[in-house]
Formats: sequence, C-alpha cells, structure tokens
Amino acid sequence: MNSIKRRPTLQQQDARTAWLLLAPSLVILLGVTLWPVISTFILSFFHAPTGINQVRTFVGFGNYLEMLRDRTFWETIGRTLYFTIVSVGLELILGLAIAQLIHSRPWGWQFLRFSLIIPWAVPTIVNGAMWRWIYSADFGALNGLLMQLGLIKHYIPWLAQPNMAMNLVIVADIWHTMPFVALVLQAALATLPGDLEEAAAVDGANAWQRFWQIRIPLLRPAILVALIVRTVDAFRVFDIVYILTSGGPAYKTMTITYLTYLNSFAFGKQGTGAALSFLISAFTITMALVYIRIFYRPEETQ
Amino acid sequence: MRTLYKISLLVLALLFVVGTVGCASKQAAGSVTIHVLTMDQAGLKPGEIDQIAREFEAKNPDIKVNMEYLGYDFIHDKITTGMAANPPAYDAVMIDVIWPDEFIQAGYLLDVTDRITPEMKSGMFPASWNGVTRNGKVYGMPWLMDVKYFMYNKDMLQKAGITDPPKTWEELVDQAKIIKDKGIVEFPIIWSWNQKEGVVCDYAVLLYGNGGSFVDANGKPAFNNDKGVEVLTWMKQTLDDGLTNPSSISSDENMVRDNFIAGESAFAVNWLFQYSDSNDASKSTIVGQAAFAPMPVYQAGADAGVKGSSVDGSSSFAIMATTPYPDQTWKFLSYLTSNEVQTRYSAEMLPVWQADFEGEALKQLEGATPNNPVTVPAFLAQFPYANERPTVPYYNEASAALQLAIQEALTGVKPPQQALDDAAAKWIELAGK
Repeated sequence: MNSIKRRPTLQQQDARTAWLLLAPSLVILLGVTLWPVISTFILSFFHAPTGINQVRTFVGFGNYLEMLRDRTFWETIGRTLYFTIVSVGLELILGLAIAQLIHSRPWGWQFLRFSLIIPWAVPTIVNGAMWRWIYSADFGALNGLLMQLGLIKHYIPWLAQPNMAMNLVIVADIWHTMPFVALVLQAALATLPGDLEEAAAVDGANAWQRFWQIRIPLLRPAILVALIVRTVDAFRVFDIVYILTSGGPAYKTMTITYLTYLNSFAFGKQGTGAALSFLISAFTITMALVYIRIFYRPEETQ
Repeated sequence: MRTLYKISLLVLALLFVVGTVGCASKQAAGSVTIHVLTMDQAGLKPGEIDQIAREFEAKNPDIKVNMEYLGYDFIHDKITTGMAANPPAYDAVMIDVIWPDEFIQAGYLLDVTDRITPEMKSGMFPASWNGVTRNGKVYGMPWLMDVKYFMYNKDMLQKAGITDPPKTWEELVDQAKIIKDKGIVEFPIIWSWNQKEGVVCDYAVLLYGNGGSFVDANGKPAFNNDKGVEVLTWMKQTLDDGLTNPSSISSDENMVRDNFIAGESAFAVNWLFQYSDSNDASKSTIVGQAAFAPMPVYQAGADAGVKGSSVDGSSSFAIMATTPYPDQTWKFLSYLTSNEVQTRYSAEMLPVWQADFEGEALKQLEGATPNNPVTVPAFLAQFPYANERPTVPYYNEASAALQLAIQEALTGVKPPQQALDDAAAKWIELAGK
C-alpha cells in the first residue's frame, strides 16, 4: 500500500518529464529575455555612465522625470507617432488592396504573391542602404527618374529637406513592410466562406456593399493582428532611420528608439537609455490595449 | 520513461560541453589572434592596412591580426558596445582626437606610458601626442595626422577665367558666383554638413577663420557670440544663393569626396584622402584636376591677424584596458605606426614622424609616391593652423547639440543666433553635471 502511494501517477510522471525537457530552454529563455528586462529596469533608476567599474548613483525616478520634462522627448514622441500612424495606415490600405488583387486571382497572381516576399525578405539595413542610394542627391535613381520624365529641372537633395525627410523614410519603410500586411490579409481572405457574399449578391448587394458589410467585418481579426504587430514595430523603428538619415536634418527624423540609442551608446547615459526603453514599452502597450479595445469583439467572431 | 530521462540528461550534458568548449577555445595556447577596429574613410584604405597586417604576421607567426573596418561615424558606438564584453570585442581600436577624455574616464584605454620608447617620443610630431596624452600619461600610439584641407578643381577655375584660388571666404563666394553664372557647375561648393561630427569640423574651420573659438578663456561656450553667428549666417547664405550644394546638409566626408571627384563641384573642404581618390582613374572623372590651396579665412579674421585655419582630425590607436594580449597588441601597433611602414604607405596618409619632413628624408618622402610632391607641402602649410575641438568627457553630447543647432539654422528652423544660444545653454548644462 505504502509503495503504491509514493509512486506518482502516470500523468504526474509525464508532467515531470515534460518539465525536465523544458528546463534547458526555460533557463535560456529566462536568461536571455527576462533577466535583461529586469536589469534594464533596475538600471533605469540609476545615473549610470558607460565604462568599466563606473560608479552608479541611485536617482529614483530622476531619469524618467528628466525625459518627461524634456521638450525634445515629447517632440520625438510626436514625430514617432506621425511615422507610426502614416506608415501603418498606408500599409494597411495598400496591403488590403494588394490582398484583394491577389484574392481575385488575376493573370500572374502567383508571380505577384512571390514578388511580394522579396521586399519583406530584404534585411532592413540593406533596404535602408538601397533607399539611401535611391534618394542620393547627386547620383540617386529618384532624381534620375524624375529628371528623365521632365518633372524636375534640378536634382533635389531629398534627405536634406526638413519637411520631406520623414515622409521619405516612411516610403522606404512602407516598401519594406507592406508585403507583410498584404500576405497576412491575403491568407485571411483565402479562409473566408464565400457563401455569405454569394447570398448577399443574390439579395442585390453591390460589390462595394459586400466589401464593407461582409468582407471587412470578417477580416477584422486578421486586421487586428496586422495592426498590432505593425504598430508596435513601427513605433520602435530604428534601423532604417539609422542608415538613412541618422535622425537628421535638424532632428526631423529623430525617432524615440534612435534617441534611446544616442543616449545609451553615443552619450554614455545608460540610465537615461534604460528609462527611455521603458517609456517606449509603456507607449506600445497602451497602443496595443487601445487596438484590442476597439477591434477585438469575440462575440462577433464566434 | 527512463529513456526520456536519459535523453534530457544528455541534452543538459551537451549544453555544458558546448558552453565550456566555447569558452576554452579562446585560451588555446600557441598563436593568439588580436582584433583591431579601425575606419574605412580617412587614412589608409582597408586593403593597405590588411597588407601591413599580413607583413606583420609573416614576421610574427605566433600572432594573427584580424582587422575590422567601419565608416568613421559608426566607430565610437562600436567601441562602447565592444567594451561591454570581457574579454573585449577588440584588443585595439582607432580613436579620434575627440574621444580620449571620455574613454579614459570610462576606463577603456590602457596606459602605455612605459612602453613608449624615446625614439617614438622624440621622433613623432609633438602635436601628434596631443590626441593620446592626458595628465602626462600616454594612452595610445599616434597614427594619422589629418586636418581639413581646401581643395579646388584647377580646370574649372581656368575655364571661369580665375587665375588664383580664393584667399578669403568672401573671395570664394565671388569665384563661386562666376563659376555658377558661367554654368560650369550648378553648385560650386560642397561640404560635409550632415548631422554628424563632420558639420562641427567644418564649422570649426570657419569659426576659427573668423577669429572665433568654441570656448572662451574660462571654458564657457563662445561660439554663440557675434563671430560664431556671422559664420553660421554666412553658411546659410551660401545655401540660399545656390553656391553651396544643398545636398551638403545630408553629406558626410565620403559623399563630399564622391561629389568632388565626379566633377560636380569646384571647391571642397575635406580630409587628405580625397586627393588620392581624385587621381584614381577607376573612380574619378577629374584625374589631375584637383589642387590644394591654404584654407581661406574671413576678411575680418585676416584683418585681426588670423593667418590660417583648419581643424585637427588626427587619430591614434589605443589598446583596450581589458585585453588579455597587451604585449602582442602593442607589438602590432608599434609595427603599424613605425616610420618604415608609414613612409612606404604614404600615398594616402602622411607619416606622423617629424624627421621624415626634414632634410634628406623630406626628399625621400616626397618621392615615395606620385601624390606626395603635392600632399607633403600641403600638409606642411596647413597643419600648423589645426584647431582643436573641446577636450571634455561629454564631448559627444555637446557636439550633438551643436550639430542640431547648425542644422536648425541651415534648414531655416531657427535663426542662427537662437540656435547657437540654445546649443550654448546645453553646453553649460552639461558642464555643470
């Protein structure tokens, strides 16, 4: 009797083995994700210059308050929101249009879907380098094209224009990430039941009505996924700014992650950089919550 | 069940093995590999430094040298991130003349005072030691003595009927107008005014040429006084008049070079490396057309006794304080900066050895490469007027504030006075921290 009692059930044995098998990856996951997050959080309460054996002084919420009182910070947040809203908005519209196009199976649609992968597969840093050449004032393809079409008389130094630079960064970003949105939406479209739209067509609804009244509501979960992923990504945009403009001219393309990078590595203010990272997280989580609030309606989709 | 248990144990054991082997491989006895970071911009080309490294390896079979090259603007941050690891990602790095204060404070640089031989100390230009010496201690080996040069396109000036290059910035404007009006090039002047260190260097050249300075005798910012504002206003004016290429606002020194050697501009301010590229037929459309002139100054500056102006852009090689191989690294740096190597590779970069510029050695140096008969006199004429940027540990942040101010004024976001006042306020704030 005793020996039976001590022996764990089969289920318990399985669970134990499962934990044992998971242990290595759990340790690694905690080590490479959770620990850095915690140590960054601790760092954000210190004045911490870069260097070996540098003295760290506790400043409480000092780093956070310094940023929240700083005009550059709020201007940068505003600029980053502009980037996020415009790029994600256009990506969604273009992505939906292209998804529709592929869904309607025009001639060569497979080639179209395949070629969509290419911009998405190009590393962001390569994409940035490519667009830097396209925008180049003296040797750029954009100037060459507009010149040959007779649309401009002089070469334009695109990235030197304060009002233009951010929009050009947005174009480069859209080219790179719009395919992701298109592919997600196209995959969702492929799973939609066709009978609803057929029934609506029989009832006399035109294509426009069918699109807005049936297709879009059914696509809502997929749109929500694309929106959240892209918004969070766009708000943390870094590489394309780094390679294309380094935040110039006159900080007109300075985004919040680039400001964080400058503080952490160029200015050697790790505490400020850590605080900025957590402020970024706060913004992205807030935005994700807002989206879920607006778009997520489980009662409809079930 | 037992097999599953065994498998998971095996996985864990494997992880440990991989981990320990990974750590151990670094300590392998016999030959060591040193990692050296330097720039792919001014100075020697990567191919040439690689050649020097191979020469060194042939002479020292127990040391392997792994060179890594980056654009200047990326080096600083690569050093700070590389130093976060132990052992550090690099054993030696190139450091710019504006970084030692920050890096010494951070504890990154090895004190090599005792390794410097008397021949090194007395053989190299006294000024070359400025970039690595603080409080009597030496933190590296001088490598490249560079200043910003004024270069012009001889053929374009001739075509415009101009006999002599400008001596003052006012003359430059007059000449640029002639060249523009005659349609020789649309934008006669190109600068590196992008939001990076390049714009501060060009501003330094102009500021000191107007009799101004970054800071006053008490170390307080002085660039926002009349002289500094005049310079910034002048810069903006050349843009508004279409004399300065508007792409200057997004150009670094490599882009200035590309523009100049493509025959797109008549005047350019840049480091020495632009000259050899301008005579490289595989890249340049203006072979044989580039020439040096002493950097112009403002008429007001000249009247006040300013004879010349440029900015010190020297760089050195420093050994990282935490490297496991200080001796091997020192051996390599000594070879890299030796007089013999520097003379042999003087086509792109002139030696830091003063003796090479005197007497018989000078003739030899001038004959060492086809560029040297032009570059050596240009160096001797310009280097004495090299001005220093402030030597403070928070230089990067101060410089960033000034870069922003200059760009704000150039793009019309703020008037020059206000932009510079804002930057000066930031400098005072940083100094007080």
